[in-house]
Amino acid sequence: MINSSSDNVKKLNSINRRMFITGSLKFFVMIGIVSRLFFLQVKENKKYLTLSDKNRIREWKLAPVRGEFHDYFGNVIAGNFEAYQLHVIPEQVEDFRYVIYRLKDLLELSDTEFKKVLKKKNEIKPWETLIVSDNLSWQKFSKINNHLYDLNGVKPVISISRNYPFKENFTHLVGYVSQANQDDIESTQAIKKNFVPGLKVGKVGLEKTFEEKLIGTNDIERYEVNAYGRRISQLEFQKGEKGKTLRLTIDTEVQKLANELLKDQAGSICVMDIYTGAVIAMHSSPSFDPNLFVFGISQDDWQLIRNDPMKPLVNKTLQGNYSPGSTIKPIVALSALENGIVNTSFTVRCTGKTEMYGQTYHCWKKKGHGYVSLRNAMKQSCDTYFYEVARKLGVDKLSETAKKFGLGEKVFGDLFDIEKKGLIPNTQWKKNALGKGWLLGETIITGIGQGYIQTTPIQLCLMTAQIANGGYKIYPHLVVDDKVKDQPIDKFTPLYKNSKNIKIVQDAIFGSTNEVMGTSYRSRIDNPKYQFAGKTGTAQVKKITEEERELDLKTFQIPYEQRDHALYVAFGPYKNPRYALSVIVEHGGNGSTTAAPMATKLFKLIIDRHKIRESLRNKKYLEI
Amino acid sequence: MYQHTRLTTNRLGFFQKFRNFDYILLVCILLLGFISLATMYSTDGGEIKFHTKSHFTKLAVFTLMMLVMSFINIKYWFSIGYLAYVAVVGLLVGTYLFGITSSGSQRWINLYFINLQPSELMKIFIIVCLAKFFHRMKLENVNSIYTILTSLIIILLPMGLVIVQPDLGTAVLIAISGIAVLWFAGINYKYFIYTILGFIISLPFVIAFLKPYQKLRVLTFLNPDKDPLGAGYQIIQSKIAVGSGGIFGKGFLKGTQSYLEFLPEKHTDFIFTLFSEEFGFVGSAILLVIYAIIIYRIVAIGASSRSYFAKIFCYSFGAAIFVFITINMSMVLGLLPIVGSPLPIMSYGGSSMLATMIGFGIVMSARVHNQQLIA
Repeated sequence: MINSSSDNVKKLNSINRRMFITGSLKFFVMIGIVSRLFFLQVKENKKYLTLSDKNRIREWKLAPVRGEFHDYFGNVIAGNFEAYQLHVIPEQVEDFRYVIYRLKDLLELSDTEFKKVLKKKNEIKPWETLIVSDNLSWQKFSKINNHLYDLNGVKPVISISRNYPFKENFTHLVGYVSQANQDDIESTQAIKKNFVPGLKVGKVGLEKTFEEKLIGTNDIERYEVNAYGRRISQLEFQKGEKGKTLRLTIDTEVQKLANELLKDQAGSICVMDIYTGAVIAMHSSPSFDPNLFVFGISQDDWQLIRNDPMKPLVNKTLQGNYSPGSTIKPIVALSALENGIVNTSFTVRCTGKTEMYGQTYHCWKKKGHGYVSLRNAMKQSCDTYFYEVARKLGVDKLSETAKKFGLGEKVFGDLFDIEKKGLIPNTQWKKNALGKGWLLGETIITGIGQGYIQTTPIQLCLMTAQIANGGYKIYPHLVVDDKVKDQPIDKFTPLYKNSKNIKIVQDAIFGSTNEVMGTSYRSRIDNPKYQFAGKTGTAQVKKITEEERELDLKTFQIPYEQRDHALYVAFGPYKNPRYALSVIVEHGGNGSTTAAPMATKLFKLIIDRHKIRESLRNKKYLEI
Repeated sequence: MYQHTRLTTNRLGFFQKFRNFDYILLVCILLLGFISLATMYSTDGGEIKFHTKSHFTKLAVFTLMMLVMSFINIKYWFSIGYLAYVAVVGLLVGTYLFGITSSGSQRWINLYFINLQPSELMKIFIIVCLAKFFHRMKLENVNSIYTILTSLIIILLPMGLVIVQPDLGTAVLIAISGIAVLWFAGINYKYFIYTILGFIISLPFVIAFLKPYQKLRVLTFLNPDKDPLGAGYQIIQSKIAVGSGGIFGKGFLKGTQSYLEFLPEKHTDFIFTLFSEEFGFVGSAILLVIYAIIIYRIVAIGASSRSYFAKIFCYSFGAAIFVFITINMSMVLGLLPIVGSPLPIMSYGGSSMLATMIGFGIVMSARVHNQQLIA
């Protein structure tokens, strides 16, 4: 008993000692748990609260409303319209099969379209929106609305979409929008930020250039969602901002006329304000309807545009590298005067052809012009005279002057990624690019705008404008904004050495249009209000062989692709010039018969519209 | 002589027994029951649905059962110690043979009126069994090879039966319950130290033998952000829920993590997460205090008991409950890998509650009959 009880005491001592150890351990573990709770719930609370919100709140972005393009007078060139769409949320439809077949009947969907819709349905979650149709006609839309009682779960929706009311008139200038692809998203930050499925972004033209300004910001809907992504309740709706509306310097009336004039022909017309550099019209023909691209172009339409031999997809104003032909002559003359190679009394005898360095060079006039001075040579576009001047001047000096007046480099800088630089050759260029020495014969044909020299229509327009304004540098632009103010001329940098030389050239060009024997005499307007001065140009697309020269074929007798390009550059009104233009008709045959008459019509309209334009400027109409 | 008189006065009347109740413990258990009901109501999305109803029924039935158990003399519980153990082992064998398989493991046995998880009961009955085993043993015999081997067999047999289900988590908890008894019985410290060292050394080999999903759990615990939508999802969502609760919580029925279904297993293993999200640090601390009081009362009852059986049972049960709570909370707080252990009373699940209530019943019986000696 004593043994047993002493054993009991020992046992009790042991168990109590161990209980004490256990108790202390429990205490520390408990402190551990509490501090963990404290750490998570008090110290890190903010972090986990954010994570919890991230879990439960999901944002739905809606496509932003795109900024518009207006012309100088506020007409909408690229606007938004309400597209009628049909949305279905599959899980809200009791009998999906019935509804979808009913819709197929009502919308007269073709089998392929119908299959596309069914395929889309399988790709989305049942509570996501299925867009059955994205651009319904009003008739079909109202038909659906009349049958809604029968179409449980179908939602007619009005959504904002791009619209180009002037169709093909502005395609090359403004461009078009279409569904954003992976490249668009990766290359432009604003697209990445505002991207929603189905977002339409600028693909070419100003729509692409000003994407960041036009795109606007998304409407944002915030919903509470559960772990499976199902929306439980809407928490917030944040209205986005519409993109910036851009006002262009373009006059829609002039643009429309340009489109009309070039109808069924390939070519380009551009018109520019010679003091401000504002582009009044800029058209490349043929064009196409940009609205076709907004909801995705059909295969047939695309093939039609792509395979057109006149290449509607090419923006000829900016991308077309043409030999300037005789339209370069004012620059050749100016360069020679500036460098003191010739003066007004310098004469050359033209016999129709001239022999230099063992080569025969022909003047366009077989019989020759006889003795011609600078003014006469310009007026009648005598090639022999300019061969001689170019020979004496040398290509390096000529290229210097040409570059000064805007040839050989991009007119709009970075504005269009497609714009071409053209080419103003000199000896150095040939050595670098072709690895060969310059031949003197090449100088001679450069003097009449053939050979290596290449210019774009917009460059020719700028060149003419800068001669017309008295030889001052201007900066062509398309968008009216705060940065490019209509600057007074005295702030411009002169491009000449002696302003007299500019006057001489201007006068010679005047003669070319307004005096008997002038190449564009037939296109003149005598009324001083509209009177303009211009220089024709005919650019050969291929070398003329001796036999062909003998044949002396008329334009219509030559196959289309071998006909000469017809060019015309002009400025007016002559007494107090304000506008310059360039016209190029591809394979138009002859500058004076094809291109110059277009200038006549253009100047009439441009000058008539000048007053309206001025009245807007005086009102300081700059609100955008 | 003195002892004789004590023994005769040990026969207590009904009201005496009633007076002997530990009311603090009872109130705490009822409070816990109430909290668990409210939390269950919240998991049902603020409506009285299946889980709430079922939990209430079980709570009511098992609390009554606990009260009835406390009127039964502790001697009786001592006497059925081995029998109960054998019965539960039998049930485990039955589970192995005819158990119900659910989500990849065979843990339940259909007893016609209830689907029972015998492994949960084993957590308690292994304590009863071992407590009885050590009750009469002299201290010098405790560390004999015979004793150690026998007790190890008693622990390893049910463990093995649970591991094959497979349910490693519960097996570990059974082992912990058993080891707690060994600890209080006075097994030499060095064995515990050796065991711990041996465990650490063999850890790499153990990991090699783990099932892929178990390995994944360990890896996920070590780096939950590696696969946030897959294996790490539970831990991450649970931490977000607890952490976003803040000091005062998001409010009753306002736990977004749970009612938007980001929380996994919110009725069972992760019930504390939901509670903590809705009631915050303060609520969680109060819950912990309630648990602490319960454990303290259990230990105090053990300390005041005259019989060695009651003492060792209460101490071991207190330690086991403490470990269950700690493991569950550490798990949901991201301190331990997910092992699948319920939080006593709070978690939904009949077997677990039954086991816990049986434990409380025996403890209460020890309290009511605290002067009872067991020969």
